[in-house]
Amino acid sequence: MNEETIEIALTVNGEQVTHTVPVRRHLVDFLRLDLNLTGSHLACEHGVCGACTVRVDGVIARGCLMLAVQANGADVVTIEGLSASGEVADLQKEFETRNAAQCGFCTPGMVLTSAELLAQMTSGGGVPDREVIRDHLSGNLCRCTGYQAIVDAVEATARARAGITMGEGA
Amino acid sequence: MSLPDGRANGHADGSGGGLVGKPVARPNIRRLIHGRGRYTDDITVPHMLHVAFVRSPYGHARINGIDAAMAETSPGVVRIVTGAEVSEICKPMHAVAEHRPGHKSAVQHMLAVDHACYQGEPVAAVVATSRAEAEDAVDLVMVDWEELPAVMDMMEALAPDATPIHPELGDNLCYQHVTDTGDAATALAAAAFTVEHEFEFGRHTAVTLEGRAILAEWDPVEERLTVHQSHQSPYQMQDIYSRHLGIPEHKVRVITPDIGGGFGLKINVHGEEVAVVAIAKMMGRPVKYTADRLESFVADCQTRDHLNTATMGVDANGKITSMDYDNTLSVGPYTAYIRFGLAEGMMAITCAAAPYALTDYHARTRVAYVNKGIVGMFRGVGVPVGCTVTEVLVDQAAAKAGIDPVEFRRMNYHRDEDYPLTTVGGYAAKSMSLHRCLDACIDIMEYDALRNDQAQARENNVYRGVGVATFVEAAAFGPVYYGPSGARVSTQDGCTVKLEPSGVVRCMTSVTDQGQGTLTGIAQIVGDQLGIGMDDIDVISGDSSTTPYGGGAWASRGMAMGGEAALQAGKALKANILDLAASVLQTTPDTLTLGGGEIRDIATGEARMDLAEVAKVGYFRQDTLPAGVQPELMVTRHHVPNTPYYVANGIQGAQVEIDVETGFIKLLGWWMADDCGRVVNPLMVDEQIRGGIIQGIGNTLYEHSQYDENGQLMNATLADYLLPMAGEMPDIKIAHVETPLTSTELGANGIGESGTIGAIAVLWCAVNDALRPLGAQVTKQPFTPEHILDVIAQAGRGCHPSRLESPV
Repeated sequence: MNEETIEIALTVNGEQVTHTVPVRRHLVDFLRLDLNLTGSHLACEHGVCGACTVRVDGVIARGCLMLAVQANGADVVTIEGLSASGEVADLQKEFETRNAAQCGFCTPGMVLTSAELLAQMTSGGGVPDREVIRDHLSGNLCRCTGYQAIVDAVEATARARAGITMGEGA
Repeated sequence: MSLPDGRANGHADGSGGGLVGKPVARPNIRRLIHGRGRYTDDITVPHMLHVAFVRSPYGHARINGIDAAMAETSPGVVRIVTGAEVSEICKPMHAVAEHRPGHKSAVQHMLAVDHACYQGEPVAAVVATSRAEAEDAVDLVMVDWEELPAVMDMMEALAPDATPIHPELGDNLCYQHVTDTGDAATALAAAAFTVEHEFEFGRHTAVTLEGRAILAEWDPVEERLTVHQSHQSPYQMQDIYSRHLGIPEHKVRVITPDIGGGFGLKINVHGEEVAVVAIAKMMGRPVKYTADRLESFVADCQTRDHLNTATMGVDANGKITSMDYDNTLSVGPYTAYIRFGLAEGMMAITCAAAPYALTDYHARTRVAYVNKGIVGMFRGVGVPVGCTVTEVLVDQAAAKAGIDPVEFRRMNYHRDEDYPLTTVGGYAAKSMSLHRCLDACIDIMEYDALRNDQAQARENNVYRGVGVATFVEAAAFGPVYYGPSGARVSTQDGCTVKLEPSGVVRCMTSVTDQGQGTLTGIAQIVGDQLGIGMDDIDVISGDSSTTPYGGGAWASRGMAMGGEAALQAGKALKANILDLAASVLQTTPDTLTLGGGEIRDIATGEARMDLAEVAKVGYFRQDTLPAGVQPELMVTRHHVPNTPYYVANGIQGAQVEIDVETGFIKLLGWWMADDCGRVVNPLMVDEQIRGGIIQGIGNTLYEHSQYDENGQLMNATLADYLLPMAGEMPDIKIAHVETPLTSTELGANGIGESGTIGAIAVLWCAVNDALRPLGAQVTKQPFTPEHILDVIAQAGRGCHPSRLESPV
């Protein structure tokens, strides 16, 4: 099959990018193969596991279910860009101190997904309860941690942002 | 954290330190959280090619020919490589466990040559300039298949008239083994009562989030092989590439970068990965392969797939006297190379009944070849099966005796004064802390309150169950076990500790870390020996050319073995540092110690010189030393256990609620009290436990690789193969009972598999506890809603829960 290509222009982590891509290439392959941004991972390539989660125009998306050409004109943020921005430095610190990552393969997706919940909650002024956090993370598969430490990390970050200290056993 | 033996947290000699026992965060976690991990598929090298495999679409088929002409003309394709071509330069695998008389296995080519024995077995490789182009051409490789009847049912496979998958083996019996301790038949006949049950464990797979991945680079000029591989043991793979491809071992370097989940899957030898190396050698160019999700489901080594029946005998005093246990499992068409899938059955019958002081035991395991994926290593290796069979029977016996299951366990455990002992299945246990762990678990789960809650719920027609299960984990298998097998599996681990000129320390360990935190533990141990903090230590691992030889990561050995090697290496370096410092300070080493990065006077604690100063003399100013002093600021030590394994143990508790209308199971609470010996890092231990438990829950409630009668895997996607997600999983409360091993100075035991082993058993127990008022008991995992409704319906009709087929 000769690959049909098309030129796309988009913003990735704040930088303008113009690239000619095969039309069949999905967004994460584009990020990984063309831009060498390897922080977004592929684990199922059918939209179930969430390892490929990226932010597209302010909303998280499955990078494996979106073609690169669909991101033409979009503003894409990956874990590399999110980390560099400092937006989730507090969440990442909580991940570190609670060991909320083991192999780390799901972690970029977990951080992106958690960041979205935290942003929603911050704008709403509340702290999500654990059930809400668990529900929000339920599209991201982690095979190592058992999720509890991740839920703890998100909860602690939400509380800290709301000015509440974590209680014992939380 | 205080230790029961009164030892200080820091040095074994009590001279300071303080990292061991603390919940130290992992220095190497940061890059993963920031998206800076470097997994095999992230690595790109110049002139690199990609591989996609042509795989058998049939469960069983003859390959009468391969026509690659059309595929060769596909864009980007560089070459099509058949199984026969790989086997010309690469010796096939032949897994025969020399310590298991009667074991037999067929020769397995890295890629099938003329006979494909499971759906997804690789038969040819397309090599192309991109993975996408390689995949395009896979469909154009024309294989002349002749479908053969598939042998799918393990009992049918073992029937006398079954057609052998490999005619040269004569039949489909891989191996069988019988264990007899005492006289189980007589004891069962004499028992006041017996309980009997049937247990089916569905086949499932590991589902590492990162698929298996390998990048092989062959330098035809120097005839040197460099492999980056998502694998738990770079040493094992160095050995295999050297022997199978005829490359001198010192010209083979295997690097294991960040690994996206191991769980035992990535200790196995997968033929297609060796084939990638062979292809790189053929092509003289780097070749990369990453398994996608479909390939992972069909071609990753799989696990479990056991049928069990067991009977337990109890005397009039409520003492378990005897057990009869029949285990059958299927391991696919081949025995997994080096790692022997038959271990699933051997571990099951060896670990069964281990906590209990019965005297008469008969057990048999039979291992069948079938046309499903190959069974290899996975977290727990058969122990969840033997453990579950035992714990479910114990609960049923307690119920029949009218004794609370916790009290019944207490009555039947080995007594603390009876160690050392050998369990009826053959575990040699120097000690276990069953009674203390049971007390600790009952305490944190507030057992009595749960029973009250259960009784109240029943009044409201709500079916809640409380489970308590005992697990025993044989960890850190040693040479007594693996040596006689003839498999080149290293059961020792090593650590090199080097003082750098600026006074900081670098460790090189043979232990690998897929997220367990082992490398952090090693830094803690070495830091305490040398009196320095985490910031002054770096640990290097996962490179067969630069680190001490060892096992890597398997059988929960990281701390028990690698930790002890690190302790001994740190201690030896400390002695060398003090020798050198004593020369400089014109005193004797026995007056000095290390602490806070300084050489200190033992008597006064006064800092005499810092490590950087000692290192400066050792590396740059030897001219200032007395004649004959040879500074040695890098030390290597290895550890090999003198026992077959170390025995860890613990208890899990679970509370569940069953919706008897829908068959859905809700997890209300989960607890675990473990004894993994010295806890080097409680944060890492707790997270190993939690992650292990959730995997065990997944295995028991959801995970099932379902084959049809022709050998087609019917649910090879993450949408169809269910896994635990955050929404359904409970929070887990943990208590530690800490009995440092006496076999090593560190005293650490294994923890990596305990969570999974105990979780499976306790979930069976809790679900059965909820169903008991209905007269129903589960008989097979995963516990689908359909199965729950079936056993309830059968109990309602007065039938015994669905029977397995009778053993042949």
